[in-house]
Amino acid sequence: MDEMAEIRWHGRGGQGAVTASEILAEAALEEGKYFQAFPDYGPERMGAPIRAYTRIGSSPIRQHCQITQPDAVVVLDPTLIGIVDFTDGLKEEGVLVVNTPLSPAELRSKLGFDAGKVFTVDATRIALDTIGRNIPNTTMIGALLKAVEVVSKKVVQEEIRKRLETKGNKEMAKANIEAFERAYNEVTQA
Amino acid sequence: MINKKLDRKADIQILDGNHAAALGAKLSRVQVIAAYPITPQSPVTESLSEFVEGGDLHAEYIAVESEHSAMAVCTSASLVGARTFTATSSHGLAYMHEMLHWVAGTRLPVVLACVNRAIGAPWNVQNDQQDSISQRDTGWIQIYARNNQEILDSVIQAYKIAESVYVPVMVCYDGYILSHTEMPVDVPSQGDVDRFLPPYKPHAILDPANPRNYNLVTLANPRVNADGILCHGYMEIRYLLQEALQKSRETIINVGQEFGKLFARSYANMFWEDRLDDAEIVIVAMGSLAMEATVAVDMLREEGHRVGVLSLRVFRPFPKDYLIEALSKARLIVVFDKNISYGSEGATCSEIKSALYGNRINAVIRNFIVGLGGRDVKAREIADAVRKSLPSLEEGGPNIEYPEWICHM
Repeated sequence: MDEMAEIRWHGRGGQGAVTASEILAEAALEEGKYFQAFPDYGPERMGAPIRAYTRIGSSPIRQHCQITQPDAVVVLDPTLIGIVDFTDGLKEEGVLVVNTPLSPAELRSKLGFDAGKVFTVDATRIALDTIGRNIPNTTMIGALLKAVEVVSKKVVQEEIRKRLETKGNKEMAKANIEAFERAYNEVTQA
Repeated sequence: MINKKLDRKADIQILDGNHAAALGAKLSRVQVIAAYPITPQSPVTESLSEFVEGGDLHAEYIAVESEHSAMAVCTSASLVGARTFTATSSHGLAYMHEMLHWVAGTRLPVVLACVNRAIGAPWNVQNDQQDSISQRDTGWIQIYARNNQEILDSVIQAYKIAESVYVPVMVCYDGYILSHTEMPVDVPSQGDVDRFLPPYKPHAILDPANPRNYNLVTLANPRVNADGILCHGYMEIRYLLQEALQKSRETIINVGQEFGKLFARSYANMFWEDRLDDAEIVIVAMGSLAMEATVAVDMLREEGHRVGVLSLRVFRPFPKDYLIEALSKARLIVVFDKNISYGSEGATCSEIKSALYGNRINAVIRNFIVGLGGRDVKAREIADAVRKSLPSLEEGGPNIEYPEWICHM
């Protein structure tokens, strides 16, 4: 089979889950890899739980079905814990990366989840410290890449910089890269 | 599958299907766009209106109050010699139905992007192909894309085809699955597209300086007009439409070949073939489902089954003769339809049966209805359906009268 990673993002409308899946796609393109990035097929409302998806592969991607057994799940919002069944379908050897002040062990016991690999990071605090707003998407990309390097860290940081600088915001680019870097270093694994 | 890195020298952009369609229209230098937004097509109209508003596309964007009017505007614009474009989905296409006949009957080279979506009732905004299949008898050429690259490339080719044979072309692609999924698309330069697709030069246009009549009341039999010229009756005009569609097969292949020479992506075919060379079992599918089916073939081949995929690219005109050749070695054909002609079977299955009849191909045909209203279809399910059909390979016919459904019934 072709080498391919499937990632599912959980967040709330407005937190940038869709943007996160796009940033990874841009980095994949930069590396000459193939990808798909798509949102959940439904209305998107500020504050509502949403999902977004990324496929990254070394050869052209022929799958067009929904992603129901992801290799990685990234949870952008700690308030989804206990509300959204985000471990659903996660592969046996998959990684779960969650924005929460809880330790991986505490999260495991709270979820009653003992499969896969669990990573946690307090991304909300990092985002507030660096970006000044609770938009933890770039932060959580940093945490994800520590858990599984689906694309290279350097390329992703460059994409974040380009994306924000083209919007004319150098300060914001710097803050987001700092958030990414901190999450990459602070994320812990069970 | 070869592990080929994307060529970074090419202009690869991250596009969802809707933006690929809009960009295809822009690169084709369309002159008039008339469209009404509908889910999941809306981003096509939004980005085209942005192109026009921003001065990146010199075209008239005509906002209308309905799809029926959109196609009426396209008809008029095409009659006065403009390259015209519209896009719609589902109920919007159904609402256009009457005007689709008018455009084809008037032999206007209009191009329409149909973002395939289920039709109500019950209400549903997700993907199947019932909308465009329901318009198969309107006299339009229908091309189905499997990914976003094919959407962009097909829109550009559609103008060349339509303007050569004077038949309108519908470029169809799966709603959400392609329309809202971003993937890498190699975007050709404007200069290259201009070389491929010169400006539209109509053979006749409505011009106040040279008054003409279009679409007169036409009687059953030929009759002499006011200038003393013997004119076709209704039936002769309709015969010519059928003849144009029949002959368009060559044009479609030639245009696809020419496109391939310029852009290194050949479309010199009516359908795509995947591992058919030694296949005794052939999966038939259309659109993005055909890509998923190639993954099912990987699984089935591992089990030792000789399976391949025939992916229909052009549904109208239906490529009967070409199919007979491609299916000559098949002993079991498993057809997956994201549509159904109620009371009968999936539309592509009927077409395959009709193409094979009397051509000495001794294959059993099984038909599965899948993916209606956005129901997920996984490669594993396609493979399961093929496995379920294997006894037919041993036992031979007869075909099962009605299709089987992959659903919870």
